[in-house]
Amino acid sequence: MAAASCGREEGGSMAALARLQERLTGLRDEYFLTNRAIDEDRKIQYKAAVKIQRWFRACSVRAYLRHLRKMAILIQKWWRGYLRRKYFREVVEIQKTWRGYYVRKYIHNFYALKKYLNAVCLNNKLVRHELQKYAEMKENEEKMKDLEKKEKEKKYQAQKMHYLLSTEQIPGIYNSPFRKSPDPMELLLRQSKPLTHRKQQVKIPLADELYGWPTCKEPPAFVTSLPLLPADRQKPQGPFRNPAEVLRQRYKPVEPTLRVRESMYSPPAKARESTLGKEWRNPTHDNEFLPFSSYHKNYEKYEPSLFKSGKYGQEAYGTKHFREVYPKKWIADKEERLRQLEHFSLEKRRHRGHLIEVHKHLIRMKEEQDPKLLSDSIVSTDKSQ
Amino acid sequence: MSQRQVLQVFEQYQRARSQFAQAVADLAARPQSIDTLRSAGFGPHPACRVPALRREGVVCLLRPLLLDIVPSVRQTAALALGRLADYDVGLAEVIVKAGILPQLICVLPEENRYYKKAAAFVLRAIAKHSPQLAQAIVHSGALEMLAICLEDFDPGVKEGASWAFGYIARHNAELSQAVVDAGAVPLLVLCIQEPEIALKRIAASTLSDISKHSPELAQTVVDAGAIAHLAQMILNPDAKLKRQVLSALSQIAKHSVDLAELVVEAEIFPVVLTCLKDSDEYVKKNGATLIREIAKHTPELSQFIVNSGGVAAVVDCIGSCRGTIRLPGIMALGYVAAHSENLSMAVIVSKGIPPLCACLVEEHEDHIKAAAAWALGQIGRHTTEHARHVAVANVLPTLLDIFADAGSSEDLKAKTKKALKNILQKCTYLPALEPLLHEAPSSILQYIIGQFSKVLPHDSKARRLFVTTGGLKKVQEIKAEPGSLLQEYINTINNCYPEEIVRYYSPGYSEILLERVENYQPVL
Repeated sequence: MAAASCGREEGGSMAALARLQERLTGLRDEYFLTNRAIDEDRKIQYKAAVKIQRWFRACSVRAYLRHLRKMAILIQKWWRGYLRRKYFREVVEIQKTWRGYYVRKYIHNFYALKKYLNAVCLNNKLVRHELQKYAEMKENEEKMKDLEKKEKEKKYQAQKMHYLLSTEQIPGIYNSPFRKSPDPMELLLRQSKPLTHRKQQVKIPLADELYGWPTCKEPPAFVTSLPLLPADRQKPQGPFRNPAEVLRQRYKPVEPTLRVRESMYSPPAKARESTLGKEWRNPTHDNEFLPFSSYHKNYEKYEPSLFKSGKYGQEAYGTKHFREVYPKKWIADKEERLRQLEHFSLEKRRHRGHLIEVHKHLIRMKEEQDPKLLSDSIVSTDKSQ
Repeated sequence: MSQRQVLQVFEQYQRARSQFAQAVADLAARPQSIDTLRSAGFGPHPACRVPALRREGVVCLLRPLLLDIVPSVRQTAALALGRLADYDVGLAEVIVKAGILPQLICVLPEENRYYKKAAAFVLRAIAKHSPQLAQAIVHSGALEMLAICLEDFDPGVKEGASWAFGYIARHNAELSQAVVDAGAVPLLVLCIQEPEIALKRIAASTLSDISKHSPELAQTVVDAGAIAHLAQMILNPDAKLKRQVLSALSQIAKHSVDLAELVVEAEIFPVVLTCLKDSDEYVKKNGATLIREIAKHTPELSQFIVNSGGVAAVVDCIGSCRGTIRLPGIMALGYVAAHSENLSMAVIVSKGIPPLCACLVEEHEDHIKAAAAWALGQIGRHTTEHARHVAVANVLPTLLDIFADAGSSEDLKAKTKKALKNILQKCTYLPALEPLLHEAPSSILQYIIGQFSKVLPHDSKARRLFVTTGGLKKVQEIKAEPGSLLQEYINTINNCYPEEIVRYYSPGYSEILLERVENYQPVL
C-alpha cells in the first residue's frame, strides 16, 4: 500500500506524465489549430476593424465636406448678392437716366408742348379773324337788306303820292320856287310811275292757324252758297250772256272724277295698285310701250369712217359740212367784201384783158406772118386759158 | 214748288251750321271769349244747367258737326275744336273724355288736306298739355293716322303731323318710343329734306324731341340717316332753323361717345363755329350746347375741338353774351379743361380765364356763377403753372367773396369751396395768396397756410415779404388745435424764422414786455 501510495504518487505523477504525453501528441495539433483559429479570427477582426474605421472615416469626411460646402455656399451667396446689388444700382442708374431722357423727349416733350400751344394760339387767331369777317359780312347783309327795304318803302310812297308831282303851272310841294333845286322827293316822284287801281285783298277771318302756316299760302275757296244777285241788276249792254247763267257756270261746284275723288287708301285705289303690282311682276310682253316712233333712232349711233378719224378726233367734213365754203365771206364787213370782190374781179378782168391783148396781137402777127405756125400755138394757148 | 221749299229748308240748315262753326272758330281765336264760350254753351236740355254740363256744352255741339256732310263745316268744326283745346287744359280733357278723337281720326285718310291739317292741329293742341293727354291720344290710335298724314304731298299737312308728333314725343321716353314705333322717324328725315323752311324747322325740332330721352332712341334717329341732313342744314341762313338743327344734334351727341363721334364725323367743325357768331342769341346758345355735349365725353374729342379752334370761338361767344345764354359755353370750357393738363393749358392760352372771371362778377344768377366757379376750378387744379395763371387773373378773392357771401345758395357755396380747394392746393404764387390770408374763413385757411408752409422754407425773399406784409403776424393770431394739420403747418412756418421775430409777432407780446419792464429792478 505504501508502494501503492508511493507508486500511487509515482504512479500518479507517472499517470500524469502519461496523460500529458498522451496529450502531447495532440498538442501540436491543438497548438496549430488554436493558432489557426486565432489567425483567422484575427483576420476577421482586422477586416471588421478596417470596415468600421473606413465607415467612420467616410462619415467624418463627409461631414467635413458638407461643412465645407455650406461655408462655400454661404460665401458665394454673399459675394454674388453683393455683386448683383452693385450691378443693380448701376443698372438702375442707367435706366433712370434713360427713362428720364426718353419721357422728357418723346412722351412729355416740353418743347413740343410749347410748340403745340403756340400753334393753338395761332390757329385761334386765324379762327377769330375768320369769324370776325363772317360776322361783319352778316352785318353788312343785314344793313343792305334794311337799306333796300327802306328804298322800297320810299319808292312805294312816291308811287302812292304821285299826284304831288309839280305841273307846268303849279309847282308841287317838293318843288318850291324859292329853292335852288327841287327836293330829292320831287326827283323821286318824277321817276316813279303812279300805282294802278287794285282791289283790296279781303283778309279772310279764318286765316290764322290753318293758312297762316308759311307752307300754305292761299286759303281754300269755301263756297258755302251761291251769292245772291241783287234784284235790280241789269244785264250790261252788249253781246253778253245772261249774268245768272254766267254765275252758275262760274260757281259750278267741282265734280271731280271718281279717281280723283277717291283717296289713296280706299279699297278701289288699293285694288288698282295691287293690279299694277301684278302687272309689273308678270308682264305679258317685254318691250313695253315705247313712247315715240323715233325712239329707237337714238340708238342707231353713227359709226365714223376710218379715213376721217385722226389723232385729234373726227374731221367734220361729211357730217358737219360738205362743201368748201369761204366763211370769211360772210363775216367781214361790206366794204371789205366789196373790195375783195372787186379786187378779185379786177384781177380777173385785168388778166383777161391781158389775154385779149395778147390774142389780138397774135392774130395781127398771124395775119402778117405765117398763119400755120401761130394758129396752133394760139389755139393751144386759147385752150389752155 | 214744294220741292223748292224742301230744298230751302235744307239750305237754311246748312247755312246755319256753317255759320255756327265759323263763329265758334272765330270766338275761340280770342282767349277772353273762351271762358264765356265754355259757360254759355247750353246742353241738350236748357233747364239742366249743371256747371259740369256747361263746360261740355260747346264741345258736345261741335261733335256732330265733325261728321257733317259738307266738308267745309267739318273742317271749320275741327279748327274750332283745335283752338279750344289749344287754349285750355280743361277743354282738352273734355274733348278726350267725350270720345271725339276716334271720330276725328277714323275719317282722316279719305279727307282732304285742310281737314287733315285741322285734325293734326287738334291732336297737337291736346297733346301739348300733359303726358296723360298725350297717352290718351296714343291709345286712340292717332299715331298711325298721323304717319299717313306725314306721307301726304302737301307740305302743310306734313308740318301739322310732325308738329303733333313732336308735342307727343316731348313728354317722356315711352311716348317717344310709341312715336318711333309708328314709323315716324324715316318720314321725318324725308321731311327735313323738303324745300319749305317751316317744315324743316318743325321736323328738326321733332327729331330733337325724340332723341333727347335715351340712347336707343337717339340711335334710331341716327340709323335713319338724320345726321348728314342735319349737318347740311347748319349752313342755312334761317335763324330758327339753325336753332332746331343744333338742338337736335346736341341731343343726339349727348348720350354716348359713339354718337358724339358720329356727329363729329359729319364734318360739322369748323362750320359750327360760325353759328357761335350768329346774331340770334339762341343759335349761339345751342351751338355752345352742341360743343359742350361733344367735349364732355373723351379727351380725344376735346383735343379735336381745341385743334379746330373751337375754344377760341367759345371764349368769344361767352364774352359777347349775357345771362343764361352763356351757361353752355362756360360748361364747355370746364369740360375741355377737366380732361388733361395740356388741354387746360390750351384753354388758358386761348384767353379763357378773363371771361370766366367776368362771369363770376357780373352775373346775378347763382347757377351761372356756380358753373363759372367749377370751370375755373377745373382749369386751375392740374399743376402749379395752371394755378398761377388762375391766381394772377385775380380770381381767388372773387371766389372767396362768393363763398363768404350769405346770399349764395348751397350749391354755389359748395362749388366755390371745391374750386378754391383745388386751386389752392397747387398754388405757389404767394402775392395772390397773401390777401387771402387776412380774409379767409377757417375752412379755407388750412389750405392757404399749407401752401405757405410748402413754399417758405425754400425761398428767403418770400420769407422777408411774408414778414413785411404782415402775414407772419396773422399766422400767429390763428388759433389751432394742437395736433391738427393746421398746427403742423404753423409750426413749419414758425421754424423758418428766428425765435425773436416769432415771439415779437405773437399776440400779447407787448404786455409781456411791459410786465418785464415793471418787474425789472434797475441795477444801480
